[in-house]
Formats: sequence, C-alpha cells, structure tokens
Amino acid sequence: MSKLASINEFVIKFANVNGSGSASANQMIAKGIFRSGIPVSPKNIFPSNIQGLPTWFEIRASEKGYLGRKAGIDFMVAMNPQSYIQDVAEINPGGYLLYDSSWKREFHREDINIIEVPLTSLCVDEFQNPKTRLLFKNLVYVGALSYLMSIKKDIFIELIEEQFKGKEKLIAPNVQALEMGFNYAKKHLVDACDIKVNQKNLTDGMILTNGNNAGGLGCVYGGATVCAWYPITPSTSLAESYKKYCDQFRVDEKTGKNKFAFVQAEDELASIGMAIGANWNGARAFTATSGPGISLMTEFVGLAYFAEIPVVIFNIQRGGPSTGMPTRTQQSDILSCAYASHGDTKHVMLIPSDPKECFEFAAESFDISDRLQTPVFVLSDLDIGMNDWTCPEFEWDDAREFDRGKVLSKDDLDKMESWGRYLDADGDGIPFRTLPGTHPEKGAYFTRGSSHDEYARYVEDGEINARNLSRILKKFEGAHKFLPKPIFKQDINASSKGLIYFGSTEAAMQESLDQLSASGFPIDAMRVRSFPFSAEVWDFIDQHEFVFLVEQNRDAQMKTLMLSEGNINPEKFISVLSFDGAPITADFISESIIEIMSDKDTSKTAEEIK
Amino acid sequence: MTYIIKPVNHHPNLEKNALGLTRRDYEGTISTLCAGCGHDSISAAVIEACYDLSLASDQIAKLSGIGCSSKSPSYFLNQAHGFNSVHGRMPSVATGANLGNQDLLYLGVSGDGDTAGIGIGQFMHAARRQLNITYIVENNGTYGLTKGQFSATNDQGSKSKYGEENVLAPIDLAAMAIQLGAGFVGRSFSGDKDQLVPLLKAAMKFKGFSLIDIISPCVTFNNHVGSTKSYDHIREHNESVSSLDFVPIGQEIKTSYNEGSKVDVPLHDGAILTLEKLSKKYNPLDKGLAVQSLNEAEKNGKVLTGLLYINPEIKDHAEILNISDTPLNQFSDKELCPGSNKLAKVNASLN
Repeated sequence: MSKLASINEFVIKFANVNGSGSASANQMIAKGIFRSGIPVSPKNIFPSNIQGLPTWFEIRASEKGYLGRKAGIDFMVAMNPQSYIQDVAEINPGGYLLYDSSWKREFHREDINIIEVPLTSLCVDEFQNPKTRLLFKNLVYVGALSYLMSIKKDIFIELIEEQFKGKEKLIAPNVQALEMGFNYAKKHLVDACDIKVNQKNLTDGMILTNGNNAGGLGCVYGGATVCAWYPITPSTSLAESYKKYCDQFRVDEKTGKNKFAFVQAEDELASIGMAIGANWNGARAFTATSGPGISLMTEFVGLAYFAEIPVVIFNIQRGGPSTGMPTRTQQSDILSCAYASHGDTKHVMLIPSDPKECFEFAAESFDISDRLQTPVFVLSDLDIGMNDWTCPEFEWDDAREFDRGKVLSKDDLDKMESWGRYLDADGDGIPFRTLPGTHPEKGAYFTRGSSHDEYARYVEDGEINARNLSRILKKFEGAHKFLPKPIFKQDINASSKGLIYFGSTEAAMQESLDQLSASGFPIDAMRVRSFPFSAEVWDFIDQHEFVFLVEQNRDAQMKTLMLSEGNINPEKFISVLSFDGAPITADFISESIIEIMSDKDTSKTAEEIK
Repeated sequence: MTYIIKPVNHHPNLEKNALGLTRRDYEGTISTLCAGCGHDSISAAVIEACYDLSLASDQIAKLSGIGCSSKSPSYFLNQAHGFNSVHGRMPSVATGANLGNQDLLYLGVSGDGDTAGIGIGQFMHAARRQLNITYIVENNGTYGLTKGQFSATNDQGSKSKYGEENVLAPIDLAAMAIQLGAGFVGRSFSGDKDQLVPLLKAAMKFKGFSLIDIISPCVTFNNHVGSTKSYDHIREHNESVSSLDFVPIGQEIKTSYNEGSKVDVPLHDGAILTLEKLSKKYNPLDKGLAVQSLNEAEKNGKVLTGLLYINPEIKDHAEILNISDTPLNQFSDKELCPGSNKLAKVNASLN
C-alpha cells in the first residue's frame, strides 16, 4: 500500500455530526498547525441546522502559502457514519482514513490507508458521564493526530489551558483525553502516517481570524457608535464581534456607561432605518446583513442615496437566490448592491479579500461614507466572514484622524451669508451638511426622499430634479479618489492575457497563477477592491488582448457591472464562474483557463487567444 | 430649512415667551394641505405647545413617514431639523436618531396609514423599546394622498365617500400602545385645542414613548355622513376621561380642580401633570382599566379622549441600553478609537 508522504502541504478533513462539540477540537488542530508556524486555512462546511446533520471541517496547511480550498482529501477523520460513503470517496489515493473503530467497518477502498482508533471504547473505559464521553471523543482524535502528524503535544496542552482559563477544573480531563489519544497512537500506530508537520516560523507576524471578527473590530476602530442589525447567517458574528470589542474598549471606566449602542432590530428594514437615523445625527452607524437583508433594505438605501446620508452596510454574501444556501459562500450580490433601490442609483462598494482587509475597509468605510454622504457597501462573503484565515496582523496608525466630511459647525454657519444643503459649493458634487442641534437659527432643513432643490425645498420642477441627480452622479464619479485601488500581482504587465478577480478568490489566486505559469500560460492578474472603478481598472483591461474574469456567481455579475460602467468590447471578457457554494479552488481556475486556451476547436475567441 | 437670510417682520406687540420668542417664531412654511384639514389644526397646536413650553426649536427633531400627515412637519418649527423618511419607517429612523443624540426632543408625526398599515411593526417595536419620542398619529381613517381608500383604523361599517362600507374591524392604536408598554398614551381630536395643547405639552415633557392618537378628519375624503371620523361624528361621540394641566418645574399648581377628582403625576424632570378625572372610576395609572375602558367605549360607539394611560416609572430606550450621558455623536476620535496598543493585544489574542 502506497502512503501519501508530505511535509507541511496537505488537506485534512473532519466529518462530524452537527452539535457534537467537534468544532472546538477541529479548531484546535488548525491552531496547532498555525502555532507550528505553518499557514493554514480552516473551512467550516456546515448545514443550516443546530443539531444532527452532517458537518465538515477542512484544514489546508501549506508552507507555500497556498490557502485556497483544494479538492481531494489527504487525511480524513470520519466521525459520522451517516456520511461515510461520500467521505471515503473524497480521499486521494494513498491518503488516510481515521475512524472510530469501536465499531469495525469495511470501506471497500484498497488504495487508502485506514487508521483505526477505538475512540468511543477508550472514552467509555475512562469517563463516567455519557455527555463527557461524547465530547472527549473529539479530544482523543486530536491527541492521536498530534502523534500521527508530529504536531507538538505541548501546543495542544497550551491551547486547552487557554480555552478553559477561568474554568480550570476542565483542563485536567481535557488533557487526559488528549493524552489518551496520543498514547494510543504511539503504542499502536507507529509509522502509520507519512503526512507530517515540521515546525517553521512562517506564521510570525500573522494572526488566525475570520473576516467578521475583523470587521466588527474595524467598526470600533472606525468610530462607529451605533450598530443596528438583524440576525442572519453569515453576518451575525460581525455584529457580535462589534459588541464584544465595544464591551472591551468602549465602556466608560468611571460611569460604567456605554460609548456605543447595540440594537437588535425587529427586521432589516428597521436595522438600516436606525443606522440612517443615527448617521443623520452625525453618529457613525452601520448594519450587517446578507442577501435577503439587502433585498429588504433597498428602499432605505435609495433614501440615503438621494437624501445624501452616510450609512455603512456590511453584506456578508451567501448562496442565493432567495433563501438559497445560507451556509455556503458566493459573490452573487454585486449587482444588487451596486444598483440597489429604485430609480437611478449607484453605490460605493468596498470588496475585502481577507480578514485584514475586512478590518481596514470597515474602519475606512465610515470615512468614505461621511466624505461622500452616501451609503457604502462592504461586500465580504461567508468564506471570509466565517472561516479563519491566516493573515497579517492588524495595524493602526495612532496619528490617523477620522474624516467626517463636510459638516458645518456653529462657527461655520455664523460666518456664512447663505447656505444650501444640496449646493455644489466646491464643484465636486459633494454638498455641505449640518447636524440637528448645531445652531439656534441657522442650518435646519427638511431631509426628504422626495425631489428637492439645492435648498432642500420640495420641488416638482423636472429641470431642478435632473440637475440634482446629475450632481449626485458627479459626486459618485469622483468617489474613486477615496477608495482602495486595485492590487496587481505583477510589477509590470508582461502577458497579452489579463485576469481580474476580487474578494475571497484571493486565497486561490497565487496558486492558480503559479500553475498557469508552469503550464506555459503566464497571465497578468489584477484584484479589484472597490466600485466605482478607477482608471487603473480600465487601463488594465485596455492593456490586455483578453481578460479572464473570475467570479463566484452564475451570471458574471462583475462582468456585467464593468460592461455597463465602462466602454469595453464585451468579447474581450472571458468568464470563469464557480457557483456551487464552496470556496473557489486554484485547480478550478487553472483548469478552466487552460482548457479555454488549449481548446483549438472552440469559438473564434479561444482561437485568437492561442 | 437651509437658509437665505431674509428679514422677519413681526408685529412689535406680539406676546413673547421665556426665550423672547413669539408664536410666529415657531411657524413653518405655508401648508399645502386641503383647506380645513384637521392636520393643520394639529400643527397649530404643536406651535402653541412649543411656544408655551419655551422650547428651543433647534433642539427639536421632527420626523415623519409618508402621507398627508407626514408632510405636516414642514408647516411648523422652521428652525427644527426635519426628516421626511420612507412610508411607515419613521420609528426606526427616530430610534437611530435618538441613539445618536438623546438630548434632542423627538417629535414623530405619522398618519393612520403610515402607522397602523405599512408601519405597524416599527410602531409596535418603538413603543416596546420605550423610544423617547412624542409620537403623533394624525388619524383620519383614510388614505388621503391616494384619494380615499380605507385605512386600518377605519371603523367597521363606516362608509367611504363613494358609499362603500368598510368590512374590517379597526385597529385601536391607543389600546395597542398601552398593551405594548408605552409610557404615555393619549387620544384627542384636532378640533379640541383646549384638550390637545396640554396633552402635547405633557407628552413632550414625558421621557419615554408617548403616543397621541389624534382624530383628525379628512375634509376631502372622510368627512361625510356615514363616516365615523367626520367632524360631526367625533364631536357627538367624544367622551373625555380627563382634563389635563401641565405644570412646568418650579411653577405653582394653580388649577382649581375639585378635591378628590385630582391626580398629580410627577414627571422625570420634576414637572407635574395635574389631571382632573372627569369620570370617577377612571384612573390613567391603571393599565388594565385603561384597556378595559377603551374596549367598552368602542362597544358603545364612543371615542374616549384625554390622557388614557401614563406610567411615570419607566426607563427610556437610551437608559435601558445604558448609553452614556454624553450623546454618541459628540465623542472625539480619541474617545472612540482604542488605538494601536490595544490592537497589539487583540493581535496577540489571535495567534
């Protein structure tokens, strides 16, 4: 029997039953590898369910830093008889299957290595309480893996101690379970596994966190004082992260009172209404939601756009349409956010690609929204939002000041002869605003979603309304100055073929580009980070004969957006689309592109690329 | 209103309040509602109440939804910021505004379509949250701007202008608000300024959710024989439960209500509400009795008006959320941003 051998490059997957307490054990393995200095990308593939259905946890470890999801499993820990058949089928030839051999099974695969650990029997012998037995089963396989893969046991003991800080009683039995697994493997499974972790220091200066945790923290750093939200997967943990960090950093030590407000609204309509109301008053406020919530919020988005009120909306995208796949990832709300609401509307979008950017864009979004007096969407997705990513540490410059935009103070108002809320005083399309309560006699106006003139007066004069709409467009067209620029994978464009991608696809991209180069198809790549697009984006498209557009949706929404916003020949774009709800893989991108480029019999377009 | 400075010409002998302002200083732009609209009387009552209380207009925020009622905030308090939001969603905007700055006085102006129809959910949750707002419903039982459809407060059996009979039972916003825990619930009639002005003053001084459901006849679409929201019908069926006097802090109580029928209710800031109970058995501090009385009145075809319910003990939304006394929109960058040292600790917790 051949055995897959690899050091610091592998995929291990855990198949569990939802609600069986496996999540923290699996997380522990990911963290154990991370603390061994090897970059990891754990992915939680979970059902929309609380208890009983199958759930999986995949960890890719890669010292090369290839952290996109990879199909094909090198090591499977199969804990769920319900899903044995599909789990066993996924294992690469020469790979490993660890299962609970308290109940012996035949798996009918001759090309894999089966590792038997009687997890349940071990726990039944050792622990009395049935619930404890169930939970500790997970720790036993952590211990076994520690031995099998040479991940230092001390790292896990340290992790257990950290996890149960304050509940010290629980440390000893957890360590005991870990040791049981370790010792069992040491006694019975010597040389059973050739996939090893070899300690390095590649994660120095790195953190392991998810985008929602980072986004919530970014809101605290960006000065948000109001979070109004409604629970929806996969955005809920962003709001909860904001609350967690506010409880740490925003409670006045003397009075015990909160320098923040955290409101779980009755629905998404109310949550965005509250965020708009707070911003109208000059308190930075946001909401976090996902696709269905965006649909509900669109009327209010149009109001904020037209009345020019800042508001930040986090959309942690999930699989659509409709209720869709709430626990799977997609990039399928590009158009519903870019053009959200009736009438002529266009919105600023920031598209982070990892937790670090979630932190940064969250903090920046409030400056951008205040500066432009318009809604800003931060478009993350489930993969970034809910999975932990190995990414650089968060950074903050203490000299940084918030840009609160064009807000008039009492003194400003005293010095002014006249003022119009929607006058284009600076020629950049951005008017000056006032906050309620600023001045006893000046600066009050009536904010409205109905057509209005430069002085905020209701008008039904079409010419005035058209003038106002044109000014708002001018403001939007200048917005790119304040937005994150695209990132290029190469210093100089060297290929006639370009590739555009965005968001969580980043995880798979470097690996894919390396694969393409190795196959003789070097490609220039650009990651778009915001909308409206800047000149760099159009230049990149201009400079390439053909451009592959990689998206995680069915309808090539980014392509549609680029075609509608830019003067581009549609034939220039070739879409690479993944929309099965699983994070896109490097293999999928590379194979799709190589197939198109190699296929002589396809359309003329492909012919020309050759 | 955004401003272009123009001279304000007042008659020199106009009476002035403690701020040195006249009633005219509390006016708004000229109403575009139909002549005789009940809503204009309510605007006049708001002006009167704010003048009497010597409120600074710039410390008031007036918010509304969509509909005839929601246009009316333009017609009073020119120096107050206004927000004409989307249909039925004023409560959430007001909730957010209040979270941003709880020091302003929030005046919510809505209608029966806006509140009892499209916006009933937001209305209920604002009451439940005890949002500190004076929430006025200009209730005419009809959708005026779209030309006379029944609203959800329209009484069963009441007839439309075109003779159609309303077949559905009405929603009683006042009874519902009491059930939901609103701290202050009153009902009045746009044609009864003597009752409405003190009620408005008390509501504005009350800290918490105060609803005033004001029957405000629609002269164009719902003021005919057969309508239960016409001027004539309300005048004939109005039954006032209490007469109210609002006594600001530091002032002597001068009302000469009969001993035994008087109830004094202290408000949060020390002001006193003095109530004369017009019905012996009525007690506006008794929630159960208030709901029961409303149900009975409805059965008997009466419209109960006055202060229906008050709970001076409640905490408002900002207090429930333990929000700092300094409004959230007034903190500096440094007070809000934890800075790089704390971020280093966060980083350390994530590796």
